[in-house]
Amino acid sequence: MKKILYTLLFLLPFNVLASSGVKLDSADIDLNDTMAMERGAKYYVTYCLGCHSAKHIRYKRIAIDLKLDEAEVLKVVAPFGAGIYDQMHSAMNAHDAEKWFGTTPPDLSLIARSRGADWLYTYLRSFYTEPGKSPLGVNNVVFPDVGMPNVFWQLQGSQSAIKQKIDGQDVITGLKLDQPGQMTPQEFDKMVNDLVNFLVYVGEPVQLERQQMGKYVLFFILMFIALAYLLKKEYWKDVH
Amino acid sequence: MKQKMNQCSEWLLERFPLSDLWNEHMAHYYAPKNFNIWYFFGSLALLVLVNQFITGILLTMNYKPDAKLAFDSVEYIMRDVNWGWLVRYMHSTGASAFFIVVYLHMFRGLIYGSFKQPRELIWIFGMLIFVCLMAEAFMGYLLPWGQMSYWGAQVIISLFSAIPVIGDELSLWVRGDYVVSDATLNRFFAFHVIAVPLVLLILVFLHIVALHEVGSNNPDGIEIKQSKDPWGHPVDGIPFHPYYTVKDIVGVGVFMFFFATVIFYMPELGGYFLEHANFIPADPLKTPEHIAPVWYFTPFYAILRAVPDKFAGVIAMGGAIVVLFMLPWLDRSPVKSIRYRGGMFKKALALFVIAFVGLGYLGTQPATPGATTVARVLTAVYFGFFLLMPLYTRWEKTKPVPNRLTTQPSLEDRIPALLALVDEVVEVQQVPDNIGGTIAKKRPNWSGISAVLIRFAKNLKKSLD
Repeated sequence: MKKILYTLLFLLPFNVLASSGVKLDSADIDLNDTMAMERGAKYYVTYCLGCHSAKHIRYKRIAIDLKLDEAEVLKVVAPFGAGIYDQMHSAMNAHDAEKWFGTTPPDLSLIARSRGADWLYTYLRSFYTEPGKSPLGVNNVVFPDVGMPNVFWQLQGSQSAIKQKIDGQDVITGLKLDQPGQMTPQEFDKMVNDLVNFLVYVGEPVQLERQQMGKYVLFFILMFIALAYLLKKEYWKDVH
Repeated sequence: MKQKMNQCSEWLLERFPLSDLWNEHMAHYYAPKNFNIWYFFGSLALLVLVNQFITGILLTMNYKPDAKLAFDSVEYIMRDVNWGWLVRYMHSTGASAFFIVVYLHMFRGLIYGSFKQPRELIWIFGMLIFVCLMAEAFMGYLLPWGQMSYWGAQVIISLFSAIPVIGDELSLWVRGDYVVSDATLNRFFAFHVIAVPLVLLILVFLHIVALHEVGSNNPDGIEIKQSKDPWGHPVDGIPFHPYYTVKDIVGVGVFMFFFATVIFYMPELGGYFLEHANFIPADPLKTPEHIAPVWYFTPFYAILRAVPDKFAGVIAMGGAIVVLFMLPWLDRSPVKSIRYRGGMFKKALALFVIAFVGLGYLGTQPATPGATTVARVLTAVYFGFFLLMPLYTRWEKTKPVPNRLTTQPSLEDRIPALLALVDEVVEVQQVPDNIGGTIAKKRPNWSGISAVLIRFAKNLKKSLD
């Protein structure tokens, strides 16, 4: 009996620790900030849409949810030639993608729901140069042997890894900026945050609406419970 | 007009026993008057069943059971179908709610001996419902065609191949292909929307018919039919309608509050109700690092993984469910309710609950050597609870059972005691504020808290004897 207890006590915490990987930075997500999401949408079209589609969202939906004029969305957000009812398709076809990258870049409509905002925020800021590693010359801390180049290198500059030997293995303890980019680190973090904010919105466009609706539903149910309780009390008066 | 109405109802009643049915199952069905909070979960299970039927029908109107279209059609429902997101979340949350409600309903049966003579058949029908529900949930989970849908199904169907001789042929027959594919998706869809719901509905009908034949058990485990008034009604019984219909409506309200909270604020419930990896479309070429079933299967999944041999693991997992069917004959105690049972059963039950919850947790985690050791111990406890039951229930010292129902203080009656408890653990201090008065500052009262904890531990120890 005691042995079982000790096993229980000592093994469970270890399992919890074993499951955690790289420490993630937390993204600051605010779905009420339509300005940030609009900027994020522009960044997405500029830097991501070339390879990654987001086929589950339409430009029309973006216009409605971000309270933008349809014509404006087509002018400042959507790529040239896109229609308002179009989904966010990438211009690159799957055959070419397979030839160039060895794989089709995934659709990113639901990436925020499968990976989480913090993972995306950390991933996009964690590229570092590692010459000879791959044809791309870069690697990523949270996604080792990443198959994607650092599309923000002009903005971010180039980083390299600070490695330390721990138990005979090279462990990355941090990243340092070797060559500054067009943006300061603060500006760059804010830009990535806007992009992630947009991706979180794209993951589930209805989430803001559902949360706003929730309070009325819960209020109605509370009223319902109160009435049902009074009714029950009335009926059960004579039960002893 | 009134005469016309009467004629209509007469016409109907001469041809259909509507009022007899109503009386037999509602107005003149006498239920014990001391049902407590545990007795809400039966009617709630029925409510969730209706929810799943209605939302399920609505979902099939836009869902496409095709490996190329399934994943996108679910997202189409989530985004482009009016109120589609609400219907989908009601269905996905309903699946988890169904298991929560049914597990609590089964636990109620366990603590008050509702499975014991003369209600063995109700328990058997209930267990068949549980098995059907697991099949329904498993096949439904494949339909969104995400990575977890796909690989979960791949893992579970491959279990059939562990059966000697016919295994490989059998799993091929179940899948309709060498891997989980479009053929599998189509047949699972057929089972999920037609075959299993039909069986489920018939079993629920039989469960209720069998219940109304022998009458409901109660927290005291006494047969109320043994003491009747001169008119032949049980003295301790009250008509189901209106008493329990109005009471169950309150339960429905409270349930809906939690249900709506999940739907509107946390539909994924941290990855337990909707797994994160299931937002990635199924890819037969990419095995996820960590395949975990949805939470309601994890206790049984942990048992499967705890056994080193694959076939033996499958047997153990099946056995964990089969052993539940035999419960009415494993329990040899003359007493039904936990209130009058001996300490042995209570301690065994406490260990069983720890084992079940522990296995459920371990089933969600990767199988490290340490976790596997713990899972083995908990599996032994799980089976020990059932297989040793004939011994410890026969020897345990039971308490005398009263002839009539007892009444326990209701939730409302307990409010003053609860307030007194809050006063005991909170210390109020008068602190001077900056405008010359004082403000009451609340702080935890450690001596009060320790007194409460000691009292709680003593009561717990006493109630386990």
